[in-house]
Amino acid sequence: MAFWILAPIMVAAALGILFVRKAVHAALLLAVVMISLAVLYAVLDAPFLFAVQIIVYTGAILMLFLFVLMLVGVDASDSVVETIRGQRAMAIVAGLLLGGVLVTALGQITLGAVVGLDDANAGGNVQALANILFSKYVFAFETTSALLITAALGAMVLAHRERSTPKAGQAELAAQRMRDYATSGKHPGPLPSPGVFARHNAVDTAALLPDGTAAESSVSRVLAARGTVRSAPALADDVEVVQRQLGISAGSVTGAADTPEGGGKRGTTAHSEEEGS
Amino acid sequence: MNEYIVLSAILFTIGCIGVLTRRNAIVVFMCVELMLNACNLALVTFAKQHGNLDGQVAAFFVMVVAAAEVVVGLAIIMTIFRTRRSASVDDASLLKY
Repeated sequence: MAFWILAPIMVAAALGILFVRKAVHAALLLAVVMISLAVLYAVLDAPFLFAVQIIVYTGAILMLFLFVLMLVGVDASDSVVETIRGQRAMAIVAGLLLGGVLVTALGQITLGAVVGLDDANAGGNVQALANILFSKYVFAFETTSALLITAALGAMVLAHRERSTPKAGQAELAAQRMRDYATSGKHPGPLPSPGVFARHNAVDTAALLPDGTAAESSVSRVLAARGTVRSAPALADDVEVVQRQLGISAGSVTGAADTPEGGGKRGTTAHSEEEGS
Repeated sequence: MNEYIVLSAILFTIGCIGVLTRRNAIVVFMCVELMLNACNLALVTFAKQHGNLDGQVAAFFVMVVAAAEVVVGLAIIMTIFRTRRSASVDDASLLKY
């Protein structure tokens, strides 16, 4: 019963791995296949492998895949250019032939009566597996430990990167800052904090310099790249409203209020305040 | 039990086609994992068919080897990506010349 529900899901998800563009989607479809396989293991009287499949495969291996995907870049999608002409078509034909041969051959055989694992699993599946693993297969088991250590060491050696230059310490950084100040006049201190201005302390409003212009370096470069930084003239518009409310003459204000609609959300709230008063 | 073996064959074939057609090294790797999983399904099925647990132990060893293989393989992919800025299997072709 579980088989006939899960088999179409597994085949569909496996086919999805072939056709999806993004590698992350392929990883998630592989997770579907692996969890369904775990359920099939439970159906096939292998509760230990059911747990191992979920913990090792879906838990560890797929997470490793996703980690590497995030490191390599999620949008590393396939190129459609073929380096060998007709390779894709030939691969599909060869694959379909292999599948056809396998399925026809398996259709011809009869497996006979199912013996079942009730006898073998009598004392518990895990205990029975441990009995075999630590008697008949003990050499293979010990070799496995050598393999795992080798794999861990290999991964560490491969993923390790030597520094080509020594790490800059605090003294070197300070000296570099002073050198920059001497050569290009770059301010040696920290960057100005954003939004230090009468009614705004949001990170997307630039700080104002003493001469009334916006300090571009006070806003995060990410916000600047997205284009969500509020402009200084819009802020000056707000100041004018406040001054009008307070009864101070607007003549002393520098004429920066020529774009009243540039303020976006802030501008509309300023207008509503004006109506309320 | 025949249907389990047929499903295992179908999954193996899909993984095979994936290895041959996909270009992203990580997706190729996932298809290899799919093939290993298909073999595991066959092993567990045969274990039930014949009534002894050797098949399940073999599937367990396949899982261990697959885990080791994934660790080393992904580290290699990371190293290649670091030097070539690409995870495509077609770009690592210097040994051809």
